[in-house]
Amino acid sequence: MSDPTPIPDAAVEAATDAALAAVTEASTVAELKAARSAHAGESSVLAKLNAELRNVPADQKAAKGKLVGQARGRVNQAIAAREAELAAAEEAAQLAAETVDVTAVPSRRRLGARHPLSLLMEQMSDIFIGMGWEVAEGPELEHEWFNFDALNFDEDHPARAMQDTFFVDPPESHLLLRTHTSPVQVRALLSRELPVYVVAPGRVYRTDELDATHTPVFHQLEGIAIDRGLTMAHLRGTLEHLARQMFGEEARIRLRPNYFPFTEPSAEMDVWQPNAKGGARWVEWGGCGMVNPNVLLAAGVDPEEYQGFAFGMGIERTLQFRNDLNDMRDMVEGDVRFSAQFGMVV
Amino acid sequence: MRVPLSWLGEYVDLPEGTTPEDVHAALVRVGLEEEDIHRFEVAGPVVVGRVVSFVEEPQSNGKTIRWCQVDVGEPEPRGIVCGARNFFEGDKVVVTLPGAVLPGPFPIAARKTYGHVSDGMIASAKELGLGDEHSGILRLVELGLDPEPGTDAIALLGLADSAVEVNVTPDRGYAFSIRGIAREFSHSTGSDFRDPALAVDPTEHADGGFPVAIDDSSPVRGRVGASVFVARAVRGIDPTRPTPPWMVARLTLAGIRSISLVVDITNYVMLELGQPIHAYDLDRLTGGIVVRRAQPGETLVTLDDQTRSLHPEDLLITDGSGPIGLAGVMGGASTEIGDGTTNVLIEAANFDPTSIARTARRHKLPSEAQKRFARGVDPRVATRAATRVAQLIVELAGGTADGTGTVLDDAPAPAPIALSSGFASRLVGVEYTDAEVADALTAIGASVEAGDPLTVVPPSWRPDLVDAPSLAEEVARIVGFDRIPSVLPVAPPGRGLTLDQRRRRTIADALAGAGFTEVLSYPFFSQATLDAFEGRRVPTMGLANALDSEAARMRTTLLPGLVEVARRNLSRGLTDLAIFEVGTVFLPQDGVRYGTDSVPIGNRKPDEATLAELEASLPAQPRRAGVLVLGNAVERQPGQAAVTSGLVDVLDAARIIAAAVGATLSPVQSAHPALHPGRTAELRVGDVVVGFAGELLPSLAAELDLPRVVGVLELDLDTLFSVAPAEVASWPLSGYPAATQDLSVVVPAEVPAGDVLAAVVEGAGALLEHAALVDDYRGTGVPEGSKSITLALRFRAPDRTLTAAEATEAKLAGLAVATERLGATLRE
Repeated sequence: MSDPTPIPDAAVEAATDAALAAVTEASTVAELKAARSAHAGESSVLAKLNAELRNVPADQKAAKGKLVGQARGRVNQAIAAREAELAAAEEAAQLAAETVDVTAVPSRRRLGARHPLSLLMEQMSDIFIGMGWEVAEGPELEHEWFNFDALNFDEDHPARAMQDTFFVDPPESHLLLRTHTSPVQVRALLSRELPVYVVAPGRVYRTDELDATHTPVFHQLEGIAIDRGLTMAHLRGTLEHLARQMFGEEARIRLRPNYFPFTEPSAEMDVWQPNAKGGARWVEWGGCGMVNPNVLLAAGVDPEEYQGFAFGMGIERTLQFRNDLNDMRDMVEGDVRFSAQFGMVV
Repeated sequence: MRVPLSWLGEYVDLPEGTTPEDVHAALVRVGLEEEDIHRFEVAGPVVVGRVVSFVEEPQSNGKTIRWCQVDVGEPEPRGIVCGARNFFEGDKVVVTLPGAVLPGPFPIAARKTYGHVSDGMIASAKELGLGDEHSGILRLVELGLDPEPGTDAIALLGLADSAVEVNVTPDRGYAFSIRGIAREFSHSTGSDFRDPALAVDPTEHADGGFPVAIDDSSPVRGRVGASVFVARAVRGIDPTRPTPPWMVARLTLAGIRSISLVVDITNYVMLELGQPIHAYDLDRLTGGIVVRRAQPGETLVTLDDQTRSLHPEDLLITDGSGPIGLAGVMGGASTEIGDGTTNVLIEAANFDPTSIARTARRHKLPSEAQKRFARGVDPRVATRAATRVAQLIVELAGGTADGTGTVLDDAPAPAPIALSSGFASRLVGVEYTDAEVADALTAIGASVEAGDPLTVVPPSWRPDLVDAPSLAEEVARIVGFDRIPSVLPVAPPGRGLTLDQRRRRTIADALAGAGFTEVLSYPFFSQATLDAFEGRRVPTMGLANALDSEAARMRTTLLPGLVEVARRNLSRGLTDLAIFEVGTVFLPQDGVRYGTDSVPIGNRKPDEATLAELEASLPAQPRRAGVLVLGNAVERQPGQAAVTSGLVDVLDAARIIAAAVGATLSPVQSAHPALHPGRTAELRVGDVVVGFAGELLPSLAAELDLPRVVGVLELDLDTLFSVAPAEVASWPLSGYPAATQDLSVVVPAEVPAGDVLAAVVEGAGALLEHAALVDDYRGTGVPEGSKSITLALRFRAPDRTLTAAEATEAKLAGLAVATERLGATLRE
């Protein structure tokens, strides 16, 4: 065959135009694949023209080679660009298809909650731990000696009957459900080295029927500090620190004379609650006093050398006035809506 | 204690316009806490009227009313309809005019009734708040009154008075009297105090007397039952004389019902001086009085007409006929003052507080008298009180009083207390001057002898003052608690929470974080309930005085409490629950007697053996964690089907609890009488059983009105903590690539998958980093009676990249152990 121009420029141009048009027209990855096969594959016009290069006379080889090479390059570039475009479009379409209504996304985990009484006891304990105090514990079913005798309740003292005690059957066994956390005072003094600074949060029992303001099972936080030279001023200081941590810097403590067998002097403590709903006010909070020497003697502590103070407050009552709750029953019935209001915060 | 203000004002100065609130505020400062305010709630116009005339008019309803013309001090009488018929023309009565308000509140208006316009109302004693008498209207002549018509009846009857009620602490028996309260009021306000006891001259009529003997053969706790006994007769009284209205009003405000003049006088003097008084009908006494303990089998009919079987410890007042009163608690019916009593014997005694308190408790008789005796009555006031009663009887009922005679009085004088200078300051933290200390103690009635230490003799009415701290309290109280400064003590450095305390918090927080809600349930159940949950007759501790006899045993498990809470929530429409409790259970052992026969004395440290005995006398009280789930774990939501809760969730809870303390739990297929036989797991750490998880036996759930599937878990935290690591052992992480392989083995269907996993883990050795169960397949390709278990294994070496061959070798070593132990074959 003697063709002076085996690769006419026009043929290259026509093939290129056709290829570019096909690429542009491809609207899916599949169409683009077909276009690539037709216009850039081994049997495509441009491939065939390229194969013709070996028949081109030497003097034209460079020019023709460049022409064909550039044409193929343009086509391949166009394919790659179109491919990227189509991929991006498909990705966008997929993402669009994956859109969810974020206000209707299901939840697979339910929210739990601590009981606010537990949280409050922990929070109050932590305030004391921050001062170097420790948390002491004792049994709920207790021996009468720890609950009464060691706390200077005489066997016949009216205060003993006043306590509304649950006695364990038979009563002659001298066991009971502790009526206060105070037995832990004696246990702490018996088991620890002096000086002793401990709080004892826990469950206590009295024979009150459940109503809006009473529950036979409730919680107290007791504190006792026995050291050299402690006075009622230290008692007030400690209670005021607690009050400020719980109710804000303006909280204050007021002491009123009262009677408890295990303290002398004894006092009723009121707290000034500056942040109370409905306005700042004094609230009865608990009892306190200087530990009676007879209690120290019961625990083997020399009252000539050591003295100290004790205090106690009801956790239910604290929660009630702190969080403005009206009905004690909500705290004890276990209705999950009650704890859920608090979640992990009290 | 209720204190009518008019009465209080006789012994202290109450400024004009003093309100009950003012008195409360003053008393609370010295330790008498406010309780209440009592008033008659009567508002004017309430006046004296004279019944000029009346006409009886029978009504169609069968009643007969009186249409009265009543002179109320106005130019013309008023027409008033009255339903009562116990009065006569000319009687003086109390008329409430339109505009008045009676207790109720019951406003009075002119109203049309029974064909007339009734221009007011004639009042009964009850309508005025003066007692229970409602059988007719109040005739003033019955009160010994003859006032002019139109007189203000509110003032006349003492109805304008009011009373404060304060709480008297058990150490202050003397404050159960107007005398004691007035003294405290003077401490608080600085007002002068005029002691009513000193207003009585006890020496008048010292001659004569009534025969009395004290014969206490078995004193309680070594103290003779009666230390003072005054008996005084008043003869020839007029039994028809009424109690004057001022006394009725004061008694009523003080909470004591008016009964008869003599009884009212004894009560009045008791309130005034704090000395309980008993009055006998002298003519019904047989011979002299002997105070003695009861003999076995003796009985006494008390004033309330109850027959009391007496206890040998009961202190009795007796005469020739036998017991005539429970000393200091309640008198007997046989010698009771009656309508016709003309000769009266007055008893004012001082009885031992312990003996009286025990008798009152024993017979469940909380009388006004015992309340005072049990807290201690001033032994020096008895003679004065008897004299005061005699004077009032003679004054109001006539008659003549015998002499007092020889008063039996063995009451010991208060012991002096040494109070070193500075003691009160060192205890209270206030720098008191010596003068402040002496003045405060003098103010409360103590005699103070100067020196260091001071010698302080407490007053006779303060048996509670026995040592230096009790005197320091008085100093602090009288000077004022507001003087006490605020000083924060510095505690030695502490250790923070103990490991177990931290663990309990972490567990509760972890469970709450995982969607469980904490509850705090009551620990009281019936034996049958506890037995049902334990699946056996379980030993329990019981209460002697449970609020509910059906719930008198202490819990041995947390489950019934959780079930009770769940039922309550279900009844309130809360049907998807995941709740937990961390609490104490009470675990006595069969055959062990808990408690002790006696109690060591209080003010001395028991020896080590005794302390150990006290400790050993308590049953085990371990702490547990309990969990209950029912309903859905995941609610139905768009694109999310509901997921029901059950064993899955409680096993998760168990793993969460174990992880919170760094322990690894293994469930072991098990059985529990209260749980589904196929869905019960015993939970172990190593070989130690720490609890169980499962689903309630469906029949038990049905009995409890619970849904069929209720997941429960109970873990003994004390046991878990004993096997949990105090510190976690960690190892370096390898950065070399892992090789992952699956292993499918065929084992008999009854072989627990967990055993396969454990065998493979053991056999695969140190290169196996992680193994997980991924499939349990039964069906085509697996022989009948067998199952295919697939494990996903991840291998890694600490020092090199593992080859596939090494991983395969380790996997086959694991398989070998499973084959040897469980007959596992590789699934092709």
